[in-house]
Amino acid sequence: MTDLFGDLRDLYQDVILDHGRKPRNFRRLDDATLTSRGDNPMCGDRMELFLKTAPDGAILDAAFQGRGCAISMASASLMTETVKGKSPGQARRMGDAFRGLAMTGTCPDCGEALADDMERLAPLSGVHEFPSRVKCATLAWHTLNAALDGAKEASSE
Amino acid sequence: MDGHAASRVPAGATGIPMDLARIRADFPILSEKVRGKPFTFLDSGASAQKPRQVIGAMVRMMETAYANVHRGAYHMSERATEAYEAARGAVARFLNAGDEREIVFTKSSTEAINLVAHGYGRGVLKQGQAVVISEMEHHANIVPWQMLRDAHGIELRVARITDSGELDMDDLAAKLADGRVGLVAVTHMSNVLGTVTPAERIARLAHEHGAKVLFDGSQAAVHRRVDVQALDADFYVFTGHKLYGPTGIGVLYAKAALLEAMPPFLGGGDMISEVSFERSVWAPIPAKFEAGTPPIVEAIGLHAAIDYVQAIGMAAIEAHERALVDRAMAKLPHIEGVTLLGRAQDRGGVFAFSLDTAHAHDVATLLDRVGIAVRSGRHCAEPLHARFGVESTCRASFGLYTTPEEVDLLADALGQAREFFR
Repeated sequence: MTDLFGDLRDLYQDVILDHGRKPRNFRRLDDATLTSRGDNPMCGDRMELFLKTAPDGAILDAAFQGRGCAISMASASLMTETVKGKSPGQARRMGDAFRGLAMTGTCPDCGEALADDMERLAPLSGVHEFPSRVKCATLAWHTLNAALDGAKEASSE
Repeated sequence: MDGHAASRVPAGATGIPMDLARIRADFPILSEKVRGKPFTFLDSGASAQKPRQVIGAMVRMMETAYANVHRGAYHMSERATEAYEAARGAVARFLNAGDEREIVFTKSSTEAINLVAHGYGRGVLKQGQAVVISEMEHHANIVPWQMLRDAHGIELRVARITDSGELDMDDLAAKLADGRVGLVAVTHMSNVLGTVTPAERIARLAHEHGAKVLFDGSQAAVHRRVDVQALDADFYVFTGHKLYGPTGIGVLYAKAALLEAMPPFLGGGDMISEVSFERSVWAPIPAKFEAGTPPIVEAIGLHAAIDYVQAIGMAAIEAHERALVDRAMAKLPHIEGVTLLGRAQDRGGVFAFSLDTAHAHDVATLLDRVGIAVRSGRHCAEPLHARFGVESTCRASFGLYTTPEEVDLLADALGQAREFFR
């Protein structure tokens, strides 16, 4: 039945469809210490990110709410899972690596330090073949950077 | 695509039958493949494809008749000027304007609306007067009026639309009731819903309350015959690139008396009759509104595009697109999970839809995989989406080259897209 779109499974892998349909950590964090809103004005993807951080800045918990396409929801869901327990510096480095992955499909900078976490994000690498969709995948990470910077708004336009 | 050759669509009463195969052969891009599939272009509402006749006219002009216009006392400039002014004449006849001086070339519909917001809004309207727009406007017919409101103390009122996606005429009348409205600026056809607005009634209502009326005809002028005198439009704007012409050229029609009363928008060459360091004297209309070197080649392309659609006949194009929309409206509501936005009675070849299992962008990506190009997002009409409480939609828009088989392909693909995301 779905042969018509067969090779699109490279983009919409089961992990993506699963996280897109049932995003993890999809809730408000009432005790959040950092929050930020992310917006793709042209697309209609919107999210609000909540981080609970320790005094040293380490991310103790991460959650989000919002509406958007399967790619943006899955990306936000996977991000909240992977940044938990990370220092702000580690989280930013992961974000940089992820943007490279989304744009090129490969991650030469990932290195061993990031390898395990990046492997969990790898299902999103198929987005690099769809230039108009890359910003859907990176919105969550832009929003994360904004939250860590103490900014209230982020945009991946 | 197989089947195009067999597609013959009865035309309106006066037109010859549209031979879709021959029409499609005029558009070289339609034989391109996308991801190995035939290119099913259902995004003409964003920008239409160009026939050889338009492309050829622009190339020929640059090869045989190009120089700057209104400047040279030499033969080639005269030839270019003649071609440029002939384009103005063609536009005037296309809109049935009474006078060629009522046609101003701009770079887009957007610029034309900004010209009116500046020239008529700041130049003629007084503080405390109001402008009425509607809930289904393109951003191009919202933002210039917000800028006017903020800079010039003009009140901005928004007439409601009904749940079926039609202009609420009672609400428009209510918005006009206090007599403070100086201008009603509304779309002649929604770029999202496809709704065609009752322009004659709107104009009559506006005029009864002492207001002028502007129609954004960016979509309407492509899909049906427009007669600005019959509508009694004060301002009418449209753009070349949606009418199978080039980008970079738009049109403002305005009644001559209004153009005479309005100050210029941009200052520069060609819009003056006399310049000293103390003062300048404006050129007569329409030159007063065409500062700088105009889009010359684009005007020639627009002329060719107008000739092209008129040779087919606007009535035939309207009937063809109506048949396509009827076909889509007969099929899409029966596909499980598909919701259409708006159900206007009078409509052109544009409609927006959503799928329950997938976001508009995901749907568009899937459709692209089978070669179908639709627009996804908010289509420069964010307030309209807010009005209907939806984040984003997909929009299909038809052109004179769209085939019934392409509509069927969209319907089939949508049914399968739903399964894909289940």
